[in-house]
Amino acid sequence: MTQKQTTTANKISTYLILIVLIAMSLSIVALISAVYAYTQNMIPPAGFLAIIGIFGIVMSIVSLHQNSQRSAAMKIEVPKVMTYIECKNCGTKISREFQRGDFVFKELDVCPKCPEHKQMITGVYKEIKEKEKIYEV
Amino acid sequence: MSLIPVSDIVSQVSTKVNIHSNQFFGFGGDVGWQAILQLFTVGFFFVIMFYGQRLQMRVMMKDVEGSLLKLKNIKDEGRKNAIDTLKEVGKSTVDIAPRVDRCLDYFTISPQGMDPAGIVDKLDHILDVRDQRIKDDVKIIAPQCEGTQLNNMENTLEAAMALNYIYKIVRHYYIQSKKTMSLYVVMQLQMILPIVMKEAEAYSAALKAFSLGQPIGDSVGPLIASKLMLGQEIRKVHKDCVVASVPFEGRTALIMKAEGPGGNVGKPGDAIETIIEENEGKIAMLIMIDAGLKLEGENVGDVSEGIGSAIGGPGVDAFKIEEKLVKYKIPINAIIIKEDIGDAVSPMRKEIHNAADKAIERVRELVVERTKEGDTVIIFGVGNSIGVGQ
Ligand SMILES: [Zn+2]
Repeated sequence: MTQKQTTTANKISTYLILIVLIAMSLSIVALISAVYAYTQNMIPPAGFLAIIGIFGIVMSIVSLHQNSQRSAAMKIEVPKVMTYIECKNCGTKISREFQRGDFVFKELDVCPKCPEHKQMITGVYKEIKEKEKIYEV
Repeated sequence: MSLIPVSDIVSQVSTKVNIHSNQFFGFGGDVGWQAILQLFTVGFFFVIMFYGQRLQMRVMMKDVEGSLLKLKNIKDEGRKNAIDTLKEVGKSTVDIAPRVDRCLDYFTISPQGMDPAGIVDKLDHILDVRDQRIKDDVKIIAPQCEGTQLNNMENTLEAAMALNYIYKIVRHYYIQSKKTMSLYVVMQLQMILPIVMKEAEAYSAALKAFSLGQPIGDSVGPLIASKLMLGQEIRKVHKDCVVASVPFEGRTALIMKAEGPGGNVGKPGDAIETIIEENEGKIAMLIMIDAGLKLEGENVGDVSEGIGSAIGGPGVDAFKIEEKLVKYKIPINAIIIKEDIGDAVSPMRKEIHNAADKAIERVRELVVERTKEGDTVIIFGVGNSIGVGQ
């Protein structure tokens, strides 16, 4: 029912990628140093370096993830506009995708069930499925 | 910020376990890497102190630049969409892009207001000329365009013009802030950008709806009027408006709206003036139904009632209506259907469509409670009549 619209906004900025890459490489260096320090039997510095390294990596992954989520939110899902057709006589209702030339209260061909009555467009609208975020205050 | 560097803590710990950091980083002696860390901390402090604002500005500029790029994309997409549609419906054989670009740059200068007496007529005239000018241009660009399509194409072109204008203004301030390197220029721009972007997105959605001829959120007023006048005899009144005389709860209701299904808001001011004069002012009540901007926290499609002329635009129509109302002392009631700016110009939402019946119930109550049988009331469905017939 929905078509995806791609905008240029959904790629993560190179600026951020650069920063994250630097942070990550520093964290990896810290981790390697931690392992090295551990092998040299220097436990406290190894612990510190390990904490710094893990913290750095977690932070960069989190910021990348947040950014990609934000850009995913920017990808707007455009619901299709539907045309709703009704026969006033027998009450048959059908809907189809909007076509150029449709408008509300346009008379169409005769109803397949009752040959004397014409069908009419009673509505042209879109239905937004996902609920908007509601702030209860 | 604490100036006690991490290195001190590290060194305390390392002395406790009796190791020397030179074993680890290979610098000469204890002092080596501590000093470097300390230097780094102090250096960082000074950088932030002296270049903090500049860094902040960099970040803001990046932010604005991103939005500007997005705006450019929206604008270009709108232009392309407009050109494609004009080509498709106009069946033009020549390249229309240069002509469309010329139209996109149109400007309107509002009348001089130093001595405001009579300014409404001046503004009205300028808007009329502008409207006609754009219509003429659409005819030149798309010679096969007529009636409904002509109106829709005019609206499409106007949406593309608005997008072009927004982009140019934002670009202007962006370049200006780059040139002056002023934090305050870029700050102002960054502050209003979220609202500007929302508006640009709304115009972009509007452009698509206009080019296809789909009813938009603003069309709810005409939709309600159409529902009321369905199956009755309809005549044209003034330019681009229609009226139908409908028996309504023992009263006579003169239901009015802009003529559809082309994109068109008509001239409600002139049309209501004409109808009031035709009835020699013997109108028991005027009810205006329009889409109204909702505040955050209100629901889309809520119906609310009030007093006053519910009509947007530059104010010319509201002025004309109010003049006549005062002359004949006609009470005016307004009913609005709540929606936000994005909903108002993008294809109609289900909630708004469903609000039409609720609004009609309100109209019925108003008429029954506040007028006598045999009275004449005017009910005007204000808004763009795109995609709504009658
Ligand atoms: Zn039928």
